[in-house]
Amino acid sequence: MNELSTSLAIDPDLARRILTGFLRSETTRAGFARGVVGLSGGLDSALTCYLAAEALGPQNVLAVRLPHAGSSPDSLEDAAEVIRQTGVRDITYSIAEAAAPLLASIPAKDRIRRGNVLARLRMIVLYDQSADFRGLVIGTGNKTELLLGYTTLFGDSACALNPLGDLYKTQVRQMGAAMGVPARILAKPPSADLWPGQTDEGELGVTYAEVDRLLYLLVDERRSPEACVEAGFKTAMVRKVIERIRRNQYKRLPPVVAKLSNRTLGYDFLYLRDWAN
Amino acid sequence: MKRFTLALAQMETRLGDPAANLDKHLQIIVRARRRGADLVVFPELSLTGYMLQDLASDVAIAANGDDPVFRRLLSASRNVDLVVSFVERDSRHRHFVSAAYLSGGALVHLHRKVYLPTYGLFQDSRFFDRGEDVRAFDTRFGRLGLLICEDFWHVSPPYLLWLDGAEVLLLISASPGRGLSDDGRLESARRVDNITQAYASLFTVYVAQTNRVGFEDGLCYWGGATVLGPDGQRLAQGPDLEEALVLADIDPERIRTARLALPLLRDEQPSLVYHGLARLLGEVSR
Repeated sequence: MNELSTSLAIDPDLARRILTGFLRSETTRAGFARGVVGLSGGLDSALTCYLAAEALGPQNVLAVRLPHAGSSPDSLEDAAEVIRQTGVRDITYSIAEAAAPLLASIPAKDRIRRGNVLARLRMIVLYDQSADFRGLVIGTGNKTELLLGYTTLFGDSACALNPLGDLYKTQVRQMGAAMGVPARILAKPPSADLWPGQTDEGELGVTYAEVDRLLYLLVDERRSPEACVEAGFKTAMVRKVIERIRRNQYKRLPPVVAKLSNRTLGYDFLYLRDWAN
Repeated sequence: MKRFTLALAQMETRLGDPAANLDKHLQIIVRARRRGADLVVFPELSLTGYMLQDLASDVAIAANGDDPVFRRLLSASRNVDLVVSFVERDSRHRHFVSAAYLSGGALVHLHRKVYLPTYGLFQDSRFFDRGEDVRAFDTRFGRLGLLICEDFWHVSPPYLLWLDGAEVLLLISASPGRGLSDDGRLESARRVDNITQAYASLFTVYVAQTNRVGFEDGLCYWGGATVLGPDGQRLAQGPDLEEALVLADIDPERIRTARLALPLLRDEQPSLVYHGLARLLGEVSR
């Protein structure tokens, strides 16, 4: 992978072993054997689906395709290819009908609000399928998205397990290639597919290749903003990314509890999710 | 030093469930015995899991026969020597990350983790008290040393054990894997490997390091149990990321020949360290 700087390059086989182990362990410890993945036809959910199928067995994974009225037909077809290749179970549930009355009251130009409604409707369907299939919802968000807050709170970010949350998009791409994600999915521009022509990089105003290198310097290596500028990043972009990371911290945390008692959830009531599991 | 076979258990644990973990210890002990082990070494907090947080006080036990879990382990040590690790509660309700060397149904040595990592993902000092002593101890095989995880990231505890006569360093960890790169092993695994190799080579002692495996939430413990000879040679290597029982023979003759070839122990000058420290600490106090 020539476009990877040395520091972002990963051993995809090692990541695969850890992430499939993680999915298996954390699913079974919680008393489940199955997982549910919202499959968009994009790279993140495709890779998640491959990992889940390998970790839990394809018969124990339900891929849910959730098209809406404006979805690209290519997305459905790309998702179908992932389903064919992994052998997971699948269901297609159009959210168009449920979305219509909600979207009717939101101006067409307010694309963020409309997009959030769609993302949250998908969450509702996934969690309902989770109850029906008796499987945990496996999230598909990556580290780039989580850091930049490029997610919908209680929408696409809602999940029980998040296998890709510590991999930058560039690394997800490297891993996807190694795991056999179809070339078509690897090649297409990343998109939330909430409106026609939407692309992540268009909305973020920066390429993943570039922002991932910057995030790596800022977050993983804890370099100063000045050092990032010295490394060749534009001052305005460094400022903007730092501001985005800071402003979106709320999306990465459970809701804030106001402390009143001596022992308060989140502050001094500290247990892992795996508590005696 | 006598010749003996040691077994390193790299095992998964259940977080905050000593009863389930005790059962697993007993099963592993049986398997290790069948394979000829004289000593079975379990990883850090093998009875409780590592990232305990507020569970620490709930799972704490006294390191004596009054505790039912500890009693079972003492009893299991009648046939084979054991190193087990747990949250120890002392009579003053302090909690330590401890490891016990058990033999012949008795407690031979208790080590309390001295260095409590509290940085990055680690929270040890928030939940545990600090041990204050590092010393080698005599066993039926010879003189050994026992350290827990962060203890051996500081050079002084292994150094003290070496000067105190330990011929085998038993290093036990619950090391969460971190630092994914294109290297093929996690950075945490590579660094522990470098450190243990350095101790074996610099001290001409056996180094036996075991680390747990499995997950606690998103933390992945990487395993990689290792036995290194006093000449720095790798004698046994467990796999990464899966359970295993790793056996190796400890041969006193190998220590003798290593020290003939490289007389680092003979030439070591503890008084140099002593005077150097006296000077440095004196300067600090001034």
